[in-house]
Amino acid sequence: MGDIRLMKGNEVIAEAAIRCGCDGYYGYPITPQSEIMETLMLRRPWEETGMVVLQAESEVASANMLFGGASAGKKVMTSSSSPGISLMAEGISYIAGAELPALFVNVQRGGPGLGTIQPSQADYFQATKGGGHGDYKLIVLAPSSVQEMNDFVDLGFELAFKYRNPAMILTDGVIGQMMEKVELSEFKPRLTNQQVEETQGNWAATGKKKNRERHILTSLELQSEKQELHNQKLQAKYKQMEEEDVRFELINCDDAEYILVAFGVSARISQKAVEILREKGIKAGLLRPITLYPFPTKQIQKLIPQAKGFLSVEMNAGQMIEDIKLAVNGKLPVEHFGRMGGIIATPAEIVEAVESKLIGG
Amino acid sequence: MAKVRGAVVVDKEVCKGCNLCVEACPQDVLSLHKEVNSKGYHYSYMSNPEACTGCTNCAMVCPDSCITVYRVKPQKIA
Amino acid sequence: MEDTLKIEDIIKPENLVYKKTSVLTDVPMHYCYGCSHGVVHKLVAEVIEEMGIQEDTVGVSPVGCAVLAYNYLDIDWMQAAHGRAPAVATGYKRVNPEKYVFTYQGDGDLAAIGTAETMHAVNRGENIVIIFINNAIYGMTGGQMAPTTMLGQQTATSPYGRDIDLNGYPLKITELLAQLPGAAYVTRQSVHTPGNVRKCKKAIRKAFENSAKNIGTSFVEVVSTCNSGWKQTPVEANEWMEENMFPFYPLGDLKDGEREKPDAYLVQKLKK
Repeated sequence: MGDIRLMKGNEVIAEAAIRCGCDGYYGYPITPQSEIMETLMLRRPWEETGMVVLQAESEVASANMLFGGASAGKKVMTSSSSPGISLMAEGISYIAGAELPALFVNVQRGGPGLGTIQPSQADYFQATKGGGHGDYKLIVLAPSSVQEMNDFVDLGFELAFKYRNPAMILTDGVIGQMMEKVELSEFKPRLTNQQVEETQGNWAATGKKKNRERHILTSLELQSEKQELHNQKLQAKYKQMEEEDVRFELINCDDAEYILVAFGVSARISQKAVEILREKGIKAGLLRPITLYPFPTKQIQKLIPQAKGFLSVEMNAGQMIEDIKLAVNGKLPVEHFGRMGGIIATPAEIVEAVESKLIGG
Repeated sequence: MAKVRGAVVVDKEVCKGCNLCVEACPQDVLSLHKEVNSKGYHYSYMSNPEACTGCTNCAMVCPDSCITVYRVKPQKIA
Repeated sequence: MEDTLKIEDIIKPENLVYKKTSVLTDVPMHYCYGCSHGVVHKLVAEVIEEMGIQEDTVGVSPVGCAVLAYNYLDIDWMQAAHGRAPAVATGYKRVNPEKYVFTYQGDGDLAAIGTAETMHAVNRGENIVIIFINNAIYGMTGGQMAPTTMLGQQTATSPYGRDIDLNGYPLKITELLAQLPGAAYVTRQSVHTPGNVRKCKKAIRKAFENSAKNIGTSFVEVVSTCNSGWKQTPVEANEWMEENMFPFYPLGDLKDGEREKPDAYLVQKLKK
């Protein structure tokens, strides 16, 4: 049994970072995720593991600091909330273009603009469709518990390094602020410079050795033919993610006719809604995508023969529903239910939506 | 006092004919050639080689690092 | 006797006094003829060679003409987003403090879009080297007005000359940076004469040496020409720079030492 605690989601992100051997965190305060950097500064991991924690002058700078740290082959991360992630979009695009591993955490709040500091899931498009400019994808992990806030830090780094691609933990103000039981990960030591050289030395800017060509970490290619080849290489990588790293959870789906699809905090509420629907004799189930990109398209398609309809439950105006519709491809009704402005839907509202939009509709 | 004697070698294919070395030379050794290199630049060359002291001023200001400088120390000149 | 010495007798390995450093690659530079970038690249490369730090130096190239600097210096490189080079360098240096990290930035990159990143990196006293090429214009995009463009100077976006009411004042960012406690060394150089080239190289060398001493940020501005953007020959551009830029951007050291001691910044009785 590991170290079991009662902790806040945001604090767990910080603790998990230290425990998984993260080399550097560069952040900027924004509600509702400021506890992540606050916890790190209190913990002083530079004394314990040598991990660097730096408060940057802006989200723009912190994302670009990640570019620098990641270029060294180091495990670097940042966290922010929606408006801050918009500012980081530039850096994320460059990191994706230069094929660097880095971890971003978005504890979402409502928008657009300054919006609200209350929780939201309105950055689904931003996270899964790119967010910055150019054809690129982020690996997007959506935790629905404080335990997964712990688990996905290590997983996020693992996937980021596997693909040399930025990964994002897309969570929200509820999971970030919520206290829950968590089993913390075992401590993993940070890699030494020698180990970084051995594992990442074939691409990272670790200083040009005499026996190799210089490593240039850039997203620039002026020749169209070469840029297209680079784009194709990136697309092949995203294809591989879709083949190998789709993650999801199925709850009561074996005989389900009405499938709720929800991630993060919405999945927890939807699970309760499924229970209520089952008590009423309605065969409901829940598909919880854990990776929002790559999206569990094939799993949705597997459910089509048994299903009568899908309901996308999101704290937004309807974003993930587009990916569900692409998967279902017109074969069944796909509806959306969501609250906005920081309002968290109740199980009863979701039950009502299933009954009115899918069964009655 | 023995006169210092020098010489420069200009990589004429790299030279862009910017004229900065010609201006920097205190001995008026260098000029731009009336012919052009394969890229169409009038490259720099020693039009007055006897005057070169090997001071390296031309190489200092050359943006394309295409000048190599040689100098014979005074005692070597008999 | 002197006249009998033939050129072939002079051009011998034992008489070599200057050749291109091996830290520069053989890729022909894409810069316009006479561009100051080539000279400054060479000086950085020579300093790296002379200090023997090629394996331990990582450069950060900017957005602008020098974006392709990574083609010319045979070291590892990172290519930063526009203006973000000091942030990229910070991110790298903090997790790799034993490496030499330098940024190489133009005036638009450093003093307009990257002002915040520049100011805060220097204010934190990051142990990095910043090389700042100030040629008072945006070269890469075709000669638009820069933050350092002189009053009255004509550019593609100030075709009637820079005007205070419309465009504000030319920015002396180096003077601003010299006020910051995190700065160890702030200097303004040029490379338009052999003497200035030699001085500039000494400044760059000092900046790199400082970076190993962990005494704060070292910042070397090089007042430079952009003869294409200025629509002049390289020689005319040097004259224009001397006449018009040097009075406003005077050469010399603005700070030479190390970052400030914390004493003056400590409040004695901080209430808990």
